[in-house]
This record gives sequence, C-alpha cells and structure tokens, in this order.
Amino acid sequence: MSDFLDRSEATLDLKVVGTRPVRPDGADKVTGRATFGADFAMPGMLVGKIKRSPHAHAAIVSIDTRKARALAGVKAVVTAADFPDLASEAYEAGEGAANLRDLSLNCMARGKALYDGHAVAAVAATSSVIADAALDMIEVTYEVLAHVIDVEDAMAPDAPLLHAHLFTEGLEAKPDKPSNIAQRNRLTRGDLEAGFAMADVVLEARYTTAAVHQGYIEPHACVAAFGADGQCQVWSSSQGQFMVRTYCAKLLGLESSDIRVTPAEIGGGFGGKTTVYLEPVALALSRLAGAPVKMVMSREEVFRATGPTSGAVIEVKLGARADGTLVAADVVLKYQAGAFPGSPVGAGSMTALACYDVPNFRVTGFDVVTNSPKVAAYRAPGAPIAAFGIESAIDELALKLGMDPLALRMKNAVRDGVKAAYGPTFRNIGYVETLEAIQNHPHYTAPLEPGQGRGVAVGFWFNIGGESTAAVNVGEDGTAVVVTGNPDIGGSRAAMAMMAAEVLGLPIEKVRPIVADTAAIGFSMLTGGSRTTFATGMAVTQAAQKIVVDLKRRAAQIWEVGADQVDWIDGAAVCLDASKTHPDLTLAALAARSARTGGPIGAQVSLTAQGAGPGFAAHICDVEVDRETGHVTILRYTAAQDVGRAIHPAYVEGQIQGGVAQGIGWALNEEYIFDRDGRMENAGFLDYRMPVASDLPMIEPILIEVANPRHPFGAKGVGEAPIVPPLAAVANAVRAAIGVRMTGLPLSPPKIRAAIDAR
Amino acid sequence: MTRTHISATVNGDPVEFLSDAGATLLDALRDELGLTGSKEGCGSGDCGACSVIVDGRLVCSCLMLAAEAEGRRIETIEGMADGSVLHPLQRKFLEHAALQCGFCTPGLLVAAKALLDANPDPTESETRYWLAGNLCRCTGYDKVIRAVMDAAAELRQVRV
Repeated sequence: MSDFLDRSEATLDLKVVGTRPVRPDGADKVTGRATFGADFAMPGMLVGKIKRSPHAHAAIVSIDTRKARALAGVKAVVTAADFPDLASEAYEAGEGAANLRDLSLNCMARGKALYDGHAVAAVAATSSVIADAALDMIEVTYEVLAHVIDVEDAMAPDAPLLHAHLFTEGLEAKPDKPSNIAQRNRLTRGDLEAGFAMADVVLEARYTTAAVHQGYIEPHACVAAFGADGQCQVWSSSQGQFMVRTYCAKLLGLESSDIRVTPAEIGGGFGGKTTVYLEPVALALSRLAGAPVKMVMSREEVFRATGPTSGAVIEVKLGARADGTLVAADVVLKYQAGAFPGSPVGAGSMTALACYDVPNFRVTGFDVVTNSPKVAAYRAPGAPIAAFGIESAIDELALKLGMDPLALRMKNAVRDGVKAAYGPTFRNIGYVETLEAIQNHPHYTAPLEPGQGRGVAVGFWFNIGGESTAAVNVGEDGTAVVVTGNPDIGGSRAAMAMMAAEVLGLPIEKVRPIVADTAAIGFSMLTGGSRTTFATGMAVTQAAQKIVVDLKRRAAQIWEVGADQVDWIDGAAVCLDASKTHPDLTLAALAARSARTGGPIGAQVSLTAQGAGPGFAAHICDVEVDRETGHVTILRYTAAQDVGRAIHPAYVEGQIQGGVAQGIGWALNEEYIFDRDGRMENAGFLDYRMPVASDLPMIEPILIEVANPRHPFGAKGVGEAPIVPPLAAVANAVRAAIGVRMTGLPLSPPKIRAAIDAR
Repeated sequence: MTRTHISATVNGDPVEFLSDAGATLLDALRDELGLTGSKEGCGSGDCGACSVIVDGRLVCSCLMLAAEAEGRRIETIEGMADGSVLHPLQRKFLEHAALQCGFCTPGLLVAAKALLDANPDPTESETRYWLAGNLCRCTGYDKVIRAVMDAAAELRQVRV
C-alpha cells in the first residue's frame, strides 16, 4: 500500500500504536460533561411519548385520539396513519438487511399489535405530565388474538399466525400455506450419511437458550426538529448517524439531504442501537407540532419494545472416530425473530461449525416470528446461541471419547488453508495459537476444590469491513484533527487518533478525533460488526498517508529537490539528498508555510474496506456450585483471543472483559419471562438480573496477535468474539462441578437444584 | 399544578428551583439545574447511574423526591473535580481505561467516592459489594475495580 506500511511491518517500530494513552474523550466522560442522548435540549422543546399495546397479539379495531388532541398542552398525536404505508422492500444496512415495511410497522403498529409493548400511537405535549395524561386519553379498541412466543410452538402447524402473508423462504418449493417460519437456510458439505457411517461415536443432544437483552444502561433517546422548510435535524444516541438518517428518510418519505443527524455520545449499544424506534416518530410529531420533540424511553420500554436477541433451540448430532476426528455434524437451529422476520439464525448457522474442520455436515436454520419484540443485533448476533449448543456437545463428546476437551478441539481445529464451514478459505488466522495460549496458561492446570468445576469453550466471529469515510486536517500549528462518522462506543476515538498519530509522526496529544454529523463528513456504515477500528481505521490511516505524501512534496518544493529525495521520519521531512544540508522540516514548520506550498493541509478518504480478519476466542471458566441453593459462583475466568494487533491494548482487553461478563449473564441469570398473556414479567433491572460487580471475578484477557495483512497495522475486529464462548464455558464448568449436563439457559439456581435432585 | 420552591446546596453552591410534586431529585438536577452528569438508566434505583451524595450519604437520586432536597447538601459528579484538576478517582478511571461508553461512569465515580470516604482501604471484595448497586454493561468491572483500588492507594499515600 505504501512505503510506510512496509517499514512499520518490517521493523515493528511503532511509537503510538500498541501503547495505552488516556482516551481523548475521557475527561468529559469522568466529569459528567459528555452529552448523551437524553442530555440534549432545545428551546421550545416538547416531550414525546408512546402509547404501547398491552396485548401480545391483537387486531387494532380503532384508535380514537380526539380527547387526547383536545387536551390543553398537547401539540401533536400520531398513529400509523401519519406514516407512509411502505411496500415490503429489503434494504442492505450493514450488519444484515432490514425490511423497510417491517421497520416502519415496528416503529408504529398498523392494523395489528404484534407484541406487548408494540407502539400504537404517540403524543407530543408541553410537559411530561400532560403527555402521560394524553396517552391515557387515547382510546384503542383491540380484538385480542391468540399469541405464541415459544419458538417451537410458533413453528407448529396449528400455531396462531402473526402474518397472514408470510410464506417460508428457502424451501425447494413455495409452501401452499403461510406459517410463522419466515425462512429456512441450509449449509451443507460432503455426505452426511457416509460421515455418520464412519463414526465410532455419535452424540445427539438438544439445547435451549432464552431471549436476552443487550442491556445497555442508556435508554434510547433523541431530539428531532422538523423545520418549516422541510429540513430536519435529529440528535440521537445510536450506533450510526447515517443509519438514522437513512431510516428516517425512508420511513417518512424524505430526502436524505434534508435530514441532518448529529450523534450524541452513546451509552452502550451492543447491536441494539443499530436500528430506529423513536427518531421517525419524533420527526413525525415535530412535523405536526412545529416544534422540536424530545423522546426518551423508560427502562421498561427498552425491555418491552427494543431488541432482545432470540431465544432458541439448538439440536446437535456429532460423529467422531475413536481418536477424536470429527467426521460428521448435523445441526438444527430454531431462532425466535420476534414480531418480524430477521433473527440472526443465518449468522448462527455460518458460525456454528466455524472453529471445526468437519468434512461432512448439514446446518439448518429456522427464522421464526413470535409475539415478542423484534430482535435486534446483539454482539456477534446468533453466534453465542449456536456456540452454546456446539461447545456443550463437543464437551460431551470429549467425555464420551475420554479425551481432554482442549485436545479434542485442537485435533479438529481450523487452520490456514482450511475451507471454512461458511465458505471462504481461512488465511492468517490465529485460532490454534489461541488454543495453545489457554492450554499453556497456569489456569488450565490449577487445582480445584470439591464442588468446583472447570470448563472450556471456543468461539468465532467473522468481523466485517465495509464503507467508511475519514478526514484528517492539519492545523496551522501542525496539530491534527481526525474526523470520522462512527459513534464511539468503547474507545474508538482513541484508536482513530492513535493510527493517525502513528502515520503523521505526532504525539497522540497533538491529534484530536471527532465524530461528525451526517452533513460534515462522508458516509460511513454504522459502528457494528467490529468494523470501526478495522474499516474506519483504514480510512484514517490512508488519509494520514495521503497527507504524508503531500508533506513530502511540499518539503521537496521548499528544498528544490525531487520528491523521492524526501523521507518522512518521526513527524518531520528529512532531506535524503546528501549534497544538501537542510534541517528537517517538522509538520509544524510545513503547516506554517502551507499557503506557499499548495494551501491547507488535509485529506479525506472514502473506501470499502475488504479483508476483515476473523476473530477466534478460547476461554477457561472455573465455577463453584452451591448444592444447597443451586447458586453458581464464577471463581476464575481466562479469555484468549486473536486480535490481529491491538491498537490500544487496554480497550481491547476491555472488549474481551465486557463480552465475557455479558456472556456470563446470559449463561446464569438473564432471560425474558412472559406471563400467560404474553406480557413481559421482568421488564426492569431488579428482575432482569444482569451481572453486578460482586457477581464476577477479575477476567484475565490474553491478547494473541496474528497480524491481519489487510489492515495497515494488522488489526482485526475484537468486540464480538468474546461473547461467543462464555455460555458454554460456564455450562461446561457446571457440568464438571455437579456431574450433570445442563442443557437449558439460563442456569438459574432452581434449575440446577432440580438437576442435582433428579440425579 | 402547584410547584414547590426548594433551596438546597449543590456542589457547595446555593441553588433554588421549583419542583412538581412527583419530580425526583434526578429530574431536578437534570431538568431544573442543568446538571446532566447524573444519568437515568432505570428510574427504579437498580442501576446506580444517578448516584449522588446527600448529606454524606450515597443515594440514587431517582429514588428521592426533589422536594426532599430542601436544606440538603448534595454532591454530584459535576463537583468531583477541583476546577480543572481531576479527582484521583477520575484520573485513575482514565489511566486504567475503566470506562467504555461512559454512561454509568458518573454514578460509579460518585459511588466509589462514597466508598473511599467511608473506607479508605477497601479490599477487592468490599469494593465489589459496595459497587454492586452500579450496573456497567461494557467493562465487566475488572478495570473499574482496579481503578478504584489504585485511587484508594494513592489517596492513602496523600493522607500519610
């Protein structure tokens, strides 16, 4: 790509990348000054609120808003009638396609409410109290319908139908009847029957997981202002300001250029803020009211109406030779999609066997609509669920074979040159190195007490690249500003600034990163798929490299030498022409003379990043099970992962530790609980129990660095792989501790007590 | 609707505001006083993002009525730094990368300050139980706990 790349790769002489500077947005975040979604305010701003269905499944017979409209202080009331009735249209949106009609219907129900919490109307009023009163005055007449939430119940031939026109896609022939199965996907290789015929040992098992929420602490929030001239502004907390712009434009029939979206700081997303719920509604209210409208969800609304990920059933059949060689795998994944198609079962299917070199397999996935909130992406969408099944089954297989579970994984591990179960051939992967790291770690052989158990599990995530734009602008004093369009959820500003500083040869303090609004920088796909450090980082690096080329040209002009006689070393132009004795020209010196050498110094790069390196993770978990109460204590946790190269190692470690903690919550405590009428019973943090500080030990990360040659510094995405192994790592540890295989998540105390008692 | 006039001290300064009967202290801080550093993550006292110190006691400001603030001394995240000099806890959170999204950070810092005010030398276990009322979904708490204990060690040095 450039001589800079060659030099850094050759000598690894990196001055900024790989260090641990204080993040550039840090001071604002420890002093309370950072502006998150709900912190923004405008003069004359109204309060917007949503009326939600109390029924899991109901026809909306009528909505009478007259009384609400007549209430003093109410400025606007909207229902689905205020939104265009969109045709069903797939829209490619980064981490998977969105259907615009479904997206619109999820923001505001039309004709039918499909889950408890589904939006049916919204109001804007001069105060929160008046808005609440107005919601109560909206009279909705429902005809309650039978509902279905469990994934297998929803697949049954006599199940209540959510969508009368939903016919299963992916079958050989179009079915003659509609059903709740939106899609069946299938991945196959080799000859399954012949594979199982070769097997000395066959293991069959069935596992289940519950729907869980991403659990970001910041509820969804936005302010929207619809101008009298049709120009709109939106301030919101999301994983992508361009995503918000696009969806608002499509859902309201507006032009993208008429909507300017400014990203607020985002208080966690984990995939759950890769879509819109409030923004189009706030704009519709603002259009009617002629004033800005602020909308902030309550925690209960976040649980009832925003994306959990699927509850699922995972059926696994594995065949192996006596020496542990896997010869066949048959996997069936049934994922809840919630009210509209689009569960992550596709990614679940593709990742299920990604760590294993299996010659014969079939993976079948079912995307099933259910009367629960439409699922949204959640950190490595689909992969932890599939891995819970596969990694639990591999553990059982190891027991059957009398093999060490790590040795069994090592024997069947994918390596460079192996064709991945999902298609491409692996190159430059660090999976075996990751397995070796935990095998050689003292944790793996540390002694355990009675009642304690140790489990291991592995995980995979693709990581993605995609479209990004970045600009780097040099100030008159030789400092630089990096402009990108990706919200910073976990410290990505620091990574952007570090990569630019490395290329320019500046200390990190002289490079300031900002996340710009949609009118101030070119398009970037949203922050998701672990793409930002890789793809946007590539754009930043290339922009900085363009500046270095330009700086060398400027120095050559000043020195009256050829551009090839100038090198860029440690932030200064150096004259290579031995006949000259020019002192080096620093960036500051060149910036001071920019007017005479071609004008302001800056570059913008827009690209589609290719070649994201996949992430592999291998985890060890120790637990202690209280046989009296069934309570599981996590004693020790070690997580190794191939990260390519850690740009800011502390934030890479943080991604791993955070992913592990979420996975532990998924394994032990978290689940959506519905009553008989399909209403969520635990829509709050007291009853939806996420891990707290006293639930967890320190989590030891091990960074394996097998560089990705497609990134200027070797980076691979790191955010998602760490949530993939913990579900099974915990379950395998519990199996080792109590001698009983737990097949259904969460591993709550009553279930464990029952399993111990039943033994 | 009648609103109640409230006088209190926030971060050492006298403040006055009008409060609706049902408004929480968090509502008053954020909406009446413009102090948006305290966050609402749940509104039910389960996440700790709204943690403030009232007359020396750590409370969830979403669980206290604004009207109850009359005559009280309230400390929020906005008062933790000494001008532009960060409190050691704030500095250690940055040095240890103990925040990712940063939304729970103000509440964690206020709760941690209350811990160190009460116990200058907490064990890891004491720190974890004290902060169990502050949900963080990003970090897995590892770096948070290290930052708090490191800040405690530094503050003990200062005291000696």
